[in-house]
Amino acid sequence: MEFLTPGTGLLFWQIVIFVSLFLLLAKYAWKPILSSLKEREESIQKALDSAEKAKMEMASLKSDNEKLLKEAREERDKILRDARTASNRLQEEAQATAKKTADKIIEDAKAVINTEKQAALRDVKAQVAQFSLEIAEKLIKKNLADDKSQKELTETLIKDLKLN
Amino acid sequence: MKKPFFTAIPSIFTLILVAAFGFTTSAQHSHEAGHDSVQVHSDSTAAESHAGGEEKFNANEVIIEHVLDDHQWHFADHLVMPLPIIVYSSEKGLEIFSSSHFFDEHHNKIEYNGYKLEGRDIFLTSSGEKVLDLSITKNVAMLFINAAVLLFVLLSVAKAYKNNAGKAPKGLQSFIEPVVVFVRDEIVKPNLGHHYQKYLPYILTLFFFILFGNLLGLLPGAANLTGNIAVTLTLAVLTFLITNLSGNANYWKHIFWTPGVPLPLRIIILPVEIIGIFTKPFALTIRLFVAITAGHIVLLSLICMTFIFHSYLVGIGASLVVLFINLIELLVAGIQAYVFALFTSLYIGMATTDDHH
Repeated sequence: MEFLTPGTGLLFWQIVIFVSLFLLLAKYAWKPILSSLKEREESIQKALDSAEKAKMEMASLKSDNEKLLKEAREERDKILRDARTASNRLQEEAQATAKKTADKIIEDAKAVINTEKQAALRDVKAQVAQFSLEIAEKLIKKNLADDKSQKELTETLIKDLKLN
Repeated sequence: MKKPFFTAIPSIFTLILVAAFGFTTSAQHSHEAGHDSVQVHSDSTAAESHAGGEEKFNANEVIIEHVLDDHQWHFADHLVMPLPIIVYSSEKGLEIFSSSHFFDEHHNKIEYNGYKLEGRDIFLTSSGEKVLDLSITKNVAMLFINAAVLLFVLLSVAKAYKNNAGKAPKGLQSFIEPVVVFVRDEIVKPNLGHHYQKYLPYILTLFFFILFGNLLGLLPGAANLTGNIAVTLTLAVLTFLITNLSGNANYWKHIFWTPGVPLPLRIIILPVEIIGIFTKPFALTIRLFVAITAGHIVLLSLICMTFIFHSYLVGIGASLVVLFINLIELLVAGIQAYVFALFTSLYIGMATTDDHH
């Protein structure tokens, strides 16, 4: 039974030593060990996290780049398309205006020609009348130069009158 | 409750194995000793006549003397280290002297200064009264050594963390670190949950104290510190106090008014629960004490067989078996430290857990 009866001395010393060992170790051993273990685990976790984040960032950057590139390409296409339509429109407009101007010029020209023509015709008519008068005058002068002819004319005129 | 039971299986198995081995060897030993007693006796009588009064080899005494505490440290027959005796009595006050005063030059017990040593207790010669004995006995000396080794190792490791901050561990640090991480992640965290940090230093101290005590105890000439009931009792009582002082309302409710139990059953449940509070530290005390003491007894019995049989062949055989048992004891040293720490964290965990019902 000596096995099962705890000795008072050992009991006393065990309490004293174990409790002081616990206090010493808790303050001077476990505290620094556990805190540095935790610190290291945290720093490893942080490094892993940041690596993961960097990877994600790279991926998003890459997709961003691709998106940008795609957008740029689209924009280029759009600009080209716009430019083409704009140039087409401009061309058409230019053609239309040119045609309109040409038409107007032609119309104007036609009008001018017409008026000129009318004027020329009037002039010619006037001159023809002038010449006709002059010719008639000369003819009359020549025909009525003698009495006989004057008489004949008079007779004809009277004949006409009588007829009426 | 499932997990700790399964993890306890190896230790239980080892214990059974060790115990069975011990019993069979001791049974064999007594059986064969009966056969050989005549021969041993004739040998010893020859030796007696030769050396003059040399005692017959007594295995039982050797084993018990090793396993129990003592006032001197007996390494070998002529290599005995006296230890300081510290006694207190109301009659003579506090006195400190060397244990060598209790023995004469022939290792016979004598009285000294009004004190006498009887068995393992010190009495006053005048009144025959037992004194309060706070001596530095063999186990107390071993306790000091254990504490010193622990302090040295763990403080140097702690220093390494300071000097080696932010770098990979090296040397002793990389040996201790996995053990600390194991205790934290496999023993304390699963059982204590989110408030594990409060109890971690205590359980770490407990684990390393028992582990180092067990391992140092296996050294030749060392004392059986963790196989002493005073030591295991102190550790178990500390765990008991921590468990019950940190027990929350939920814990006490489970003990005194277990939920979901019909009223008539409470008459049975209540005493069982109250007894349960005390069986926990009792089991802790006995488990460690028995596991370590049984191991030492088995080892010593096997070694003693050599001296009982006076045979080289038995010596070689016994040495081989002792080597094997020693390896098992190394395993047991770790397992018992693990089990004690595990059950401590389990008990504290049960007392501090939040209600899950």
